[in-house]
Amino acid sequence: MFIINCPYCGEREQSEFKAGGEAHIVRPKQPTELSDDEWAEYLFMRKNIKGIQLERWVHIHGCRKWFNMVRDTSNDQIHAVYKMGEKPPIK
Amino acid sequence: MSDNLRTSASKFIDQTTRVSFKFDGKTYFGFKGDTLASALLANNVHLVGRSFKYHRPRGIMTSGSEEPNAIIQINKNSSVTEPNVRATEVEIYDGLEASSQNCWPSVNFDIGGINNILSPLLPAGFYYKTFMWPASFWEKYEYFIRKSAGLGQSPTEPDPDIYDHNYVHCDVLIIGGGISGIMAAKISAENNFKTLLLEEKPNLGGTTIYQKNDYFKINDQYSSEWLEKEIDQIKNLKNLEIKTRTSVAAYHGYNYLLARENLTDHLPIEKKQNTIRQRLLKIRAKKVITATGSIERPLIFDNNDRPGIMLSSAIKKYADFYGVACGKENVLFTNNDTAYETAISLNNKGVKVNAIVDIREENKSDLTNEINNAGIKIYNSYTVINTKGYKKINKITIMKLSKDGKTVTDSKVDIKCDCLGVSGGWTPAVHLFTQSGGKLKFDDNDNIFIPNKYPSDQLSIGSCNGNLELEDIISNINVSLKNFLKIDKTNFEKLKINSSKSISKRNIWLLPSNKTVSKTKAFVDFQNDATAKDIKLALREGFRSIEHVKRYTTTGMGTDQGKLGNMNALGIISDTSNVKMSDLGTTTFRPPYTPLTFGTIVGRNVGEFFDTFRKTPMHDWHVQYKAKFENVGQWKRAWYYPKGNESMHDAVQRESKAAREGAGILDASTLGKIDIQGSDASEFLNRVYTNAWSKLAVGKCRYGLMLNEDGMVYDDGVTTRLSENHYIMTTTTGGAANVLGKLEDYLQTEWPELDVYLTSVTDHYATASVCGPNSKKIISKIIPNLDLSDESFPHMSFKNAKIGNIKCRVMRISFTGEQSYEINIQANYGKSLWEKCMEAGNEFNITPYGTETMHLLRAEKGFIIVGQDTDATLTPIDLQMDWIVSKKKYDFIGKRSLYRSDTIRDDRKQLVGILTDDPNEVLEEGAQIVADTSKKPVEMLGHITSSYFSPNLNKSIALGVVKGGKNMMGQKLFVPMKDKIINVKIADPVFLDKENKRLNA
Ligand SMILES: [Zn+2]
Repeated sequence: MFIINCPYCGEREQSEFKAGGEAHIVRPKQPTELSDDEWAEYLFMRKNIKGIQLERWVHIHGCRKWFNMVRDTSNDQIHAVYKMGEKPPIK
Repeated sequence: MSDNLRTSASKFIDQTTRVSFKFDGKTYFGFKGDTLASALLANNVHLVGRSFKYHRPRGIMTSGSEEPNAIIQINKNSSVTEPNVRATEVEIYDGLEASSQNCWPSVNFDIGGINNILSPLLPAGFYYKTFMWPASFWEKYEYFIRKSAGLGQSPTEPDPDIYDHNYVHCDVLIIGGGISGIMAAKISAENNFKTLLLEEKPNLGGTTIYQKNDYFKINDQYSSEWLEKEIDQIKNLKNLEIKTRTSVAAYHGYNYLLARENLTDHLPIEKKQNTIRQRLLKIRAKKVITATGSIERPLIFDNNDRPGIMLSSAIKKYADFYGVACGKENVLFTNNDTAYETAISLNNKGVKVNAIVDIREENKSDLTNEINNAGIKIYNSYTVINTKGYKKINKITIMKLSKDGKTVTDSKVDIKCDCLGVSGGWTPAVHLFTQSGGKLKFDDNDNIFIPNKYPSDQLSIGSCNGNLELEDIISNINVSLKNFLKIDKTNFEKLKINSSKSISKRNIWLLPSNKTVSKTKAFVDFQNDATAKDIKLALREGFRSIEHVKRYTTTGMGTDQGKLGNMNALGIISDTSNVKMSDLGTTTFRPPYTPLTFGTIVGRNVGEFFDTFRKTPMHDWHVQYKAKFENVGQWKRAWYYPKGNESMHDAVQRESKAAREGAGILDASTLGKIDIQGSDASEFLNRVYTNAWSKLAVGKCRYGLMLNEDGMVYDDGVTTRLSENHYIMTTTTGGAANVLGKLEDYLQTEWPELDVYLTSVTDHYATASVCGPNSKKIISKIIPNLDLSDESFPHMSFKNAKIGNIKCRVMRISFTGEQSYEINIQANYGKSLWEKCMEAGNEFNITPYGTETMHLLRAEKGFIIVGQDTDATLTPIDLQMDWIVSKKKYDFIGKRSLYRSDTIRDDRKQLVGILTDDPNEVLEEGAQIVADTSKKPVEMLGHITSSYFSPNLNKSIALGVVKGGKNMMGQKLFVPMKDKIINVKIADPVFLDKENKRLNA
């Protein structure tokens, strides 16, 4: 069980959080103008990296805020957390 | 049999307090402080079980949690019985009843022993090879395999004991209370770290605490005496908490550990009552120091599993700690010096040591000199090639090892013995370190795997770190702890240490014999009966990965997870396949380190605390009126209200008729309610629902369908515009929390520019829904000044009202197809609102109905239930709900997916009505729908999602999904059941009042 440093609340147990998949996948502004393939790219295609991954988390049993995390999936080390809309900190 | 093998008084055992216990029905006596194993050995009982596969007689082999053989059942046939307990860990108490496992009818005469004679027929992978074919026979084989294989019995009654969970936080957690752990605890606590020291045994001090040997001294005292004083001192340290009988089961990432604290298992029966038996500690430590010690390795030779063959270190502990001699004619067989310590201990106590067989060509140390002086014969460069004695060892045969250690030479020598102590060196207990994600490296010098890289803020010290000599242990602690705790000095930098050192080393994983391996039974994994022969066979058959060999031979797959056998197995694989140990790697150790009881895992979360449940404000009324309840998510919802002896079917038929003919009332408080406010609320709803919301007038309600981005229906419900920028959304009962989460996600991440605020108000309101032709009259009695005329208050509209002084919201919305009013009131008035409705409705025969009737009534109208008629594979188009999908809106969640190549197929499963040819035949929900039963395999076109007998239509009705069903109106299909085929036809899903006349009736 990780300890996650919520950007709004500070360090809390992992059980207060929920993971939300890969980060920085922006919903297309004009979905209707996309081809099936382009839409499928947004809808289905996710990376599954062994190593440093940018992912979304929400403090679901806390402040309910979404934020992003830099996590190494090979050893679960969390290198950084940052707010929605911010750029990932350079590793 | 009742020999007394107590040698001398031991200060660790209270020889003034006799304890009586039973083993396999026979009464024995031991002393307070004995384990079941030490007490049995004192009574000269070695034979305690039968082996798993061959049912060979097996005896106590160790003195700790690594025990593979003495696996016993405690208090058989009682509700507190526990199987698979290690006799070496059970502390005896008056009234303890223990029994052997895996033998029938008794440990001395075991029918399964025939497997031993049949063993040439039971090679590695035997079960896989034999019983898998033909596959259809597996069920029959399984019965017999399980019968003969059983490892103990599980209890059949509820566990009466109390278990607890406890969160613990500390700066430094130290696992293991041996000499290393004690030193670390002192250093840590005296440097102001909040320290927790855990020890799995009842006492602190590990193996050092009973070390009274002239060649192991600290500051000129016996190491045991020195350590005793240290223990006395640390007990007074205020920063230090010590828990004994507490074993760490799991070491997870981020220094999160689980430990089991055993509080009452060692107490007499009368002291176990009404108190917590075991406690699961959930520990979060800033730093962890692992000082779990090491486990002695057996040696691998023919017939190395007879009762009386034990680890050399165990024999020493039984002698020095418990004052018990494991035999009267002892022989030690070793590849290192520690067996000499055992011999010295035995010799000092007057217990006879017949010989030491040492595979090393020579050894020169203080200990060797002592043995020579004692006149004990040492056979250097010899190996044991066989042992004799069925239920207890009585003889060993030894031969000289060749120079290369691969063969034996010269003539056989027989040595008489009733106890053989073996030592194949020491394996650091790195289980917890690897559980935490740590990687190991192989040390060729000592043939051990030791910690390499720490994955978290942790440190291994002592022999679990590969420091096997006293001097190394202490000097390493001094260096590593300063660095780990960032302190300048430790308390132990000026210790004077005298210790004998093991200088010569020789390691042979599989000892040679005068027979070929295939003719020997050299056990590697004692619990699972895996032999060296099995491992070699697996390699010959092409298994290469250590994980595959493990599964094929079952090596390391017992409840002990191969604590004794894994290293030897690896060694044999390495030698046979010519792969270096460091390249081979190890198998994975998984939590728990030792088995945990289910009671400890669940703690207090049993019975009514198993899961929380939610009750509506009207709950007590439903209970009073004998409602049956159903679980919807965590909610308890009234399911139906049987009158007298009414069956569920009869009750639902009555309730359904009453709701359409007179009046019905439903507790709808569980529906999710989300308060939506903000200047962009309308735009927000436009984006999350498939239909348009901008033009919804204040005071009006609208049904909405919410999709996932993949176009599949996610949730539905009615949303009401309370004022210009204020809506209240309802969701399904089960979907409430997820819908709120999804809406928040979009607001925070995709549309942060929208001015919208969401608040869950599900628990703030109680909702009573009154429906039926008399509903208007009933509402007018409760709220006389409310204008209920169809012109002023039409279907799908809302009004604020007051009942007495209490504000409420009245929505005219319907899920039944009847004229219907939903009153939402502050939750604490819910029951009183309900009672008012019942009172006002009395003259109209108002009938409370539950969820089952609600489901029936909406099915008559063809209204879907998300989650029952849908399963995240249906679009609104599939549901024939095209009308709710706005063509004009530029975008909404899931819109683009509604015309993907896959979602526009004609042959998708589509929701249709299903009518049976026989109107009395009610279909089973989940039943398959087919068109042609003759062509095999039969093509499944779809399945029934909802099915009821409609009392209002007096016939069976059903909803179902059918491939291409939309264009199959009237078509005949079949629903094949176990004993018959039911003829059905596709129908309009709206069975009743298609014109919606009843809404305004
Ligand atoms: Zn937070």
